[in-house]
Amino acid sequence: MIAPGVDRFAVAVYDRALFVARFFLELVRPPWHVRAVIDQCIEVGIRSLPLVSLTGFVIGIVFTKQSRPSLEAFGASSWLPSLITIAIVRALAPLVTALICSGRVGSQIGAELGSMRVTEQIDAMEVSAINPFKYLVFTRTLATTLMVPALTMYCGLIAMAGSFLNITTNEKTSLSAFLWDGFSTISFLDVWSSLAKAIVFGFTIGIISSFQGYHTKGGTQGVGRAANQAVVLSMFAIFIEEALIVQIIGALRAM
Amino acid sequence: MGGPSGDPAIVLRGVTKSFGSLHVLRGVDLDVHRSENVVVLGKSGTGKSVLTKTIVGLLKPDEGTIHVLGQDVTTLRPREMDALRVRIGYSFQHSALYDSMTIAENVAFPLIMNEPKTPRGEVADRVDAALESVGLLNAKPQMPAELSGGQQKRVGIARALILEPEVMLYDEPTAGLDPLTCGEINDLIVQVRESHQTSAIVITHDLASAKHVGDRVAMLIEGQMIGGGTFDELFALDHPQVRSFYAYNFTDQDPT
Ligand SMILES: Nc1ncnc2c1ncn2[C@@H]1O[C@H](COP(=O)(O)OP(=O)(O)OP(=O)(O)O)[C@@H](O)[C@H]1O
Ligand SMILES: [Mg+2]
Repeated sequence: MIAPGVDRFAVAVYDRALFVARFFLELVRPPWHVRAVIDQCIEVGIRSLPLVSLTGFVIGIVFTKQSRPSLEAFGASSWLPSLITIAIVRALAPLVTALICSGRVGSQIGAELGSMRVTEQIDAMEVSAINPFKYLVFTRTLATTLMVPALTMYCGLIAMAGSFLNITTNEKTSLSAFLWDGFSTISFLDVWSSLAKAIVFGFTIGIISSFQGYHTKGGTQGVGRAANQAVVLSMFAIFIEEALIVQIIGALRAM
Repeated sequence: MGGPSGDPAIVLRGVTKSFGSLHVLRGVDLDVHRSENVVVLGKSGTGKSVLTKTIVGLLKPDEGTIHVLGQDVTTLRPREMDALRVRIGYSFQHSALYDSMTIAENVAFPLIMNEPKTPRGEVADRVDAALESVGLLNAKPQMPAELSGGQQKRVGIARALILEPEVMLYDEPTAGLDPLTCGEINDLIVQVRESHQTSAIVITHDLASAKHVGDRVAMLIEGQMIGGGTFDELFALDHPQVRSFYAYNFTDQDPT
């Protein structure tokens, strides 16, 4: 009973590795369907913007509010801007943005490609000598890889705005003092590693959701399952990557 | 490339295809000569769609050889396969229109993607001509979901014809259409062959249309081809399934 299970697992891993490899192969081979990539970027950006804005803002306010008592206990409430900036840039912005995008964009990609698979639209492209992987999977994955970092930066700024609103009403800190305190505590490594993380998350969402959609089997139910799996597996992968990347960055910091 | 027009457009030899324990094709032999329409009849679920999908490389046969326009489909590399597919038109049983694109975009898509340098004006003209031939010129700005099933199927045919293929595979082009539209599609299939010397396989249940468009008629029974001569030759065969197919079409149906 173990052997076939192991076999199936090996095949599953191989299929996914091949799918990822194919993306990078297509990345260096024209045509790139620039028009379709731009359309997908707009789709990903617009689709996630309202939720990213709202979540970012609320997180900025709430996180500031919750951190104040602990800092006040040490008489260190003046450290609030630095603390919040570090938390937002290093951890919150990339993670929150990626999780929102897994939900909004991942399910969309899974369902869209899934229904194209079961209604033979992907086969139709293939018989028209159009590379469906390039036109559908490549464009979507590239779009999420580009847009999740952009949304992460945006989310960070909105969260900072929320935090400033809370701090300025409580501590009467001016904007310039807030920004000075905040940005003098973060390093280039913080910003770059955060962006690198967002790029990895964006790619993960695009490729996993596309894989689930592209390999959908079995009608409407299959489409539902693909959308569902796209979200669940993307989120799962993002948490694992987060844990790994934190280790790597920690090692870099120690150097 | 294509070779002399004398060699056949499609040659199948001993093609088998199974899904698990379900043996769908069990040694299919079929020839389609240049500028000839071959009709394939068969009961639902006998593997007619599987047959056309193996010809165009969407499914891989388990055994046997498939030559299309002189090339062995089972051994082609992806790039060669694409070059061949440009010369083949496939009209899907369930239309398979791109539901996020308008009708005009659907029909233009294969052309724009395969010949990106085509001037806009020419694309528009060819889309118009293709839609005109299926009688749906004014559906251009609509979305697939806004059309009836029969109209969608006709758009699917227009999309398959836009690259002026040398080989056409029609998977049940007239199923679910009213007799008038049915007649128009039959005329279109005949006319496409006449004007472009297209070779075609036409899958159908409908004997009237088989008789109208088919130069030769074969029937897929239990995974093998029966007949392959003229319509009358096929139905002169003393084969129980062929007979009952005929009896159903011509006795149980209202002749109007
Ligand atoms: N991808 C597939 N996986 C498993 N089984 C399949 C697959 N495609 C087709 N089959 C099976 O093969 C058989 C033939 O299917 P096919 O679609 O070719 O029938 P058909 O002759 O076109 O019927 P119809 O006239 O109803 O369209 C069916 O029993 C179907 O269940
Ligand atoms: Mg069929």
